[in-house]
Amino acid sequence: MEPWVIPAILGGVGLLLVLWLIGVYNGLVTRRVETQNAWSQIDVQLKRRYDLIPNLVETVKGYASHEKDTLEKVIQARNLAMGAKGVAEQAAAENVLTGTLKTLFAVAEAYPDLKANQNFLALQEELTSTENRIGFSRQHYNDVVSQYNTTLMQFPANVVGGMFGFRPADFFQLDAAEAAAVRQAPQVKF
Amino acid sequence: MPVTFRDLIADNKRKSFWLVAGFCLFIIAAALILALGVAAYWFPDAIAHLDFRQAALVGALAGGFAFLVSTLSYFEGDSLILGISGAREIAHRDDPELFNVVEEMAIAAGLPMPRVYLILDPAPNAFATGRDPEHASVAITTGLRAMLNRDELQGVIAHEMSHVRNYDIRLMLLLAVLIGTIVMLSDLFWQMLRFTSGGSRGSKSKSDKGGGVIVLVILVLALLFALVAPILAQIIQLAVSRQREFLADASAVELTRNPLGLAGALRKLDADPHELKSANRGTAHLFIANPIKKFSDRGQHIWASHPPIQERIARLEALAGAGATRQVPAAN
Repeated sequence: MEPWVIPAILGGVGLLLVLWLIGVYNGLVTRRVETQNAWSQIDVQLKRRYDLIPNLVETVKGYASHEKDTLEKVIQARNLAMGAKGVAEQAAAENVLTGTLKTLFAVAEAYPDLKANQNFLALQEELTSTENRIGFSRQHYNDVVSQYNTTLMQFPANVVGGMFGFRPADFFQLDAAEAAAVRQAPQVKF
Repeated sequence: MPVTFRDLIADNKRKSFWLVAGFCLFIIAAALILALGVAAYWFPDAIAHLDFRQAALVGALAGGFAFLVSTLSYFEGDSLILGISGAREIAHRDDPELFNVVEEMAIAAGLPMPRVYLILDPAPNAFATGRDPEHASVAITTGLRAMLNRDELQGVIAHEMSHVRNYDIRLMLLLAVLIGTIVMLSDLFWQMLRFTSGGSRGSKSKSDKGGGVIVLVILVLALLFALVAPILAQIIQLAVSRQREFLADASAVELTRNPLGLAGALRKLDADPHELKSANRGTAHLFIANPIKKFSDRGQHIWASHPPIQERIARLEALAGAGATRQVPAAN
C-alpha cells in the first residue's frame, strides 16, 4: 500500500464530516429563523387589531353613546395590551381584550341602526378576520416550533445543536391558568 | 410514501423536473419518428440513405421547441389557465370576506398572500395555480362563493392553500400545459396525415418497390404514437391528481382544525347540478371537485380525475369524530 493512502482516506472522511456538519447546522439555522419569523407574524396581527379598535369605538359611539362603560373597557384593554411586557403578561392582556371586544359586539346587537351601518359591518368583518389571523399565526408559530424542536431533539442533529448552543423554542400558550388546566387534565387518580 | 409536507414538496419538484425532461424527450422522439415516417412516405428510398446530420438537426429543433414550450408554461402557464377559465383578479374591497379568509389561510400555512380570482360561473368550483407559493393564484367561481358560509369557505381555501404549499400547483400546471401541447400536436398530426394520404396516392404507387414494407412499418409506428400519446398522457395526469386531493383535504384540516367546514363545502359541491362551462378535460384536474358532471364524460375508475366526493366527505367526518383527542391546545 502506498504511504499516502491512509492520510488521503482520513482527509476524505474528515472533509465529508465537515460538509455534513455544515448541512445540519444550516438546516437548524433555517428552522430557527422560521420560528422567529412566525413569532413576528403574531405581532403584526396584534398591531393590526390595535389599529382597528379606535375606528370601531368611534363608529359605535355615534350610535350607542350610552354604552360608554363598554367602550372605555375596550380602550383600556387595548392600551393595557399595547403596554404589556413579556409573553405571559401580553397573552393575558390580549385575552382580556378579546373578551371586551366580544362584549362590545354583543352590545351592538341591541342597536339595529348600528348593525345596518356599512362602516360598522366592514369593521366587524376586519376584526373577526383579525381574531382569526391572531389564532392562525399562533397556530403556525407552534407548528414551526414543533418542527424545529423535533429536528433539534433527533439524533444526530441534537449533537450538532448541543455543540453550537441551539435551544428548543417555547410554544405559545394561552395563559398560565389554562396551561395548568391542560397539564392537569390527563392525570388519572385511583 | 412521503411523510411530511417537506417530503411532498421535494417529491413534487422532482416530478415536475422529470415531467419537463420527459416532455422534451417525447417531443424529440416524436419529431424523429414523424420525420422518418413522412420522409419514408414521400420517398421510399430515404430509409436506405439515412443522414444522421439531418436527424440531429430535426432532434435539436424539436428539443428547442419543447424547451421553449416548457419554459413558457413554467412562467406564463398560470396566466394562460386563468385566462382560459375566464378568471378576473379581485382586490380586498371587492370581497373583503373572501380576501380575509384567503389571507387567514396564508397565515396559517405560513405562505405569502396569493392573488385572488373570481370566475363568473354558477357552477361551484375552485382551483389554485402558479409555479411556487411566491407566484400563486387562487380562483373560485361566483357560484361556489355564493353558496358557502365562512367556515366552508375557509375549508375550501385551506384545501387550495395546501396545493400551493405542497407545490402541487407547479406539477399540475406543467401537466395541464405540456399534456395539452401533446394532445394538440397529435391532433395536428392526424389532420396532416389524412391530408397527405388523400393528396399523394398517385405518386406513391409509381415508386412502390422493396421499401414498401418499411414504409408501412414506420407509418404504423407513427400512427400508434399519435394515437397512444394522448391516452397515456391523460392516464398519468389522472393518476397523479386523485391521491393529491385526499392529501390536500388532510392538510386543509391541519390548517383550519375544522374538518366539518370542508366537508360541508364538498357536500354542497356534490349536490349542485351545474356544469362548469370553462373547464375541459385538460384543466379538470386543477379543480377542487370534478367539474365534468356528465356521467359518460366522467367515468369511474382510471378516468376519474378526482376520488368520489362521498369518500372524501366520509374521511373528513371521521377526522371530526377523532377531533376531541386531536385538538392542539394552542389552536385558538
